[in-house]
Amino acid sequence: MSRKPFVREVSKTGWYFKHARYMRYMSREITCIFIGAFALLMLCALGRLSEGQAAYDSFLAAIEGPWSALGLLIVLIFAVHNTTSWFNVTPKAMPVQIGEEFLPGKYIVAAHYAVWIVVSLAVLFFAGAV
Amino acid sequence: MNARMVELDVLRYDPEADNEPHFQRYVVPCAEEWVVLDALNAIKESIDPTLNYRWSCHMAVCGSCGMMINGEPKLSCHAFLRDYDGVIRVEPLANFPIERDLITVADDFIDKLKRVKPYLIPARNEPVPEGEYKQTPAQLMKYRQFSMCINCMLCYAACPEYALQPMFLGPAAIALAHRYNLDSRDSGRDERQEVVASNAGVWECSFVGACSEVCPKAVDPAAALQQVKVASTIDWFKEHLLPGGGK
Amino acid sequence: MAKSNKPIVWSLFAAGGTLAAFLAPVLVMLFLLAALGHAPSLLHYSQLHAFAAHWFGKLFLLTVIALFLWHAAHRLRVTLHDFGLRADASVAVVVYVVAAAGTLFSVLYMLRI
Repeated sequence: MSRKPFVREVSKTGWYFKHARYMRYMSREITCIFIGAFALLMLCALGRLSEGQAAYDSFLAAIEGPWSALGLLIVLIFAVHNTTSWFNVTPKAMPVQIGEEFLPGKYIVAAHYAVWIVVSLAVLFFAGAV
Repeated sequence: MNARMVELDVLRYDPEADNEPHFQRYVVPCAEEWVVLDALNAIKESIDPTLNYRWSCHMAVCGSCGMMINGEPKLSCHAFLRDYDGVIRVEPLANFPIERDLITVADDFIDKLKRVKPYLIPARNEPVPEGEYKQTPAQLMKYRQFSMCINCMLCYAACPEYALQPMFLGPAAIALAHRYNLDSRDSGRDERQEVVASNAGVWECSFVGACSEVCPKAVDPAAALQQVKVASTIDWFKEHLLPGGGK
Repeated sequence: MAKSNKPIVWSLFAAGGTLAAFLAPVLVMLFLLAALGHAPSLLHYSQLHAFAAHWFGKLFLLTVIALFLWHAAHRLRVTLHDFGLRADASVAVVVYVVAAAGTLFSVLYMLRI
């Protein structure tokens, strides 16, 4: 009896279209593009800040406007998607064993959300936005 | 017996006659409570005895009957016909070469299991008259979840990183290594790290999480892999930053 | 097989991801408010300059920008690989150089404030 195993090819560029769970994974991963872009924006702001009032004020004027706002809204949506997906998987990386039981993941997740809300409010308050 | 006619499209492959696999349609009367495995057995018994597939326990503990059912890795003994509408597509487990019909070549998986040294490596080999190794229930619970793996390979079928990079050690093997690393009776972690902490080991994982979604025994290999990444990272910093490598 | 050096970049990715999870939304919100013409007072030159002149402000800004960049760099490397761009070594060099450059520039800007 002769063997001739058959190898099924997997598309290197299209594999994630094959299942909803892979699309969800990719949507989570591409948040990094927006986080990175935002970091570069903050870097720009810092650079202009170091050049003096005139330079910085023109930066502020440049980011004001409807297209800017739309862009930043999209960044915000992906930033929040990163937050929720990050928090949801955190318990997996840090199991907390108490005696023979494990702390249910939902408490760890809930604690993260609580801290997130507190930190966000603190920043908004400190920034004079509220 | 309440019978309904169920249609299955089964991927066939005869290495001696075919150049590539092809689907074959079967129509078979099935009872309401049947699983896909029962349908396959009915086909083999009364319609086509040449159909080949693996199975054994029929109760989701042996791990033999893994296959793709409507594109999803499942144990065929654990896939209830009542949960499916229309024609059911049955294919061999993804990401493994097809040997014949629904049978895959599992050699790569077996080889990877062996490489992680999935056995207790105690610090000292106590002679048997010294007595047994003792373990508290809490120490058992630390690794118990990861010991429930039945080696069914569904996680490898679901993992896109294994699909794209066949050198990847994979979810089950790394989860198994983690199971032994967490065992209080074991001291073999350093030995396993040579394989597990390599680039083709845990670092090929990008936490897609598909493995845990398809696991029929709730082992949660994705969690094991993230825990291995954290532990390996702490190791790396100890080795590179502490004098004497933190040993 | 040798043990990998991925832990270096992975720890930066993990730290950056955690920081971004907690801070990115609210920081984006501040800039979004500016885009809508209601820049919060911290984003006005005098206040932001005072913040960045203080050692805590410097530390905060440097940490946030650097970690966000390293997080995005490593994750982008993996994601491009997932999208089918398999030249991992080259991609790694490009993304990490950008992150390093960004880190360097933020230090330089910080020193000027």
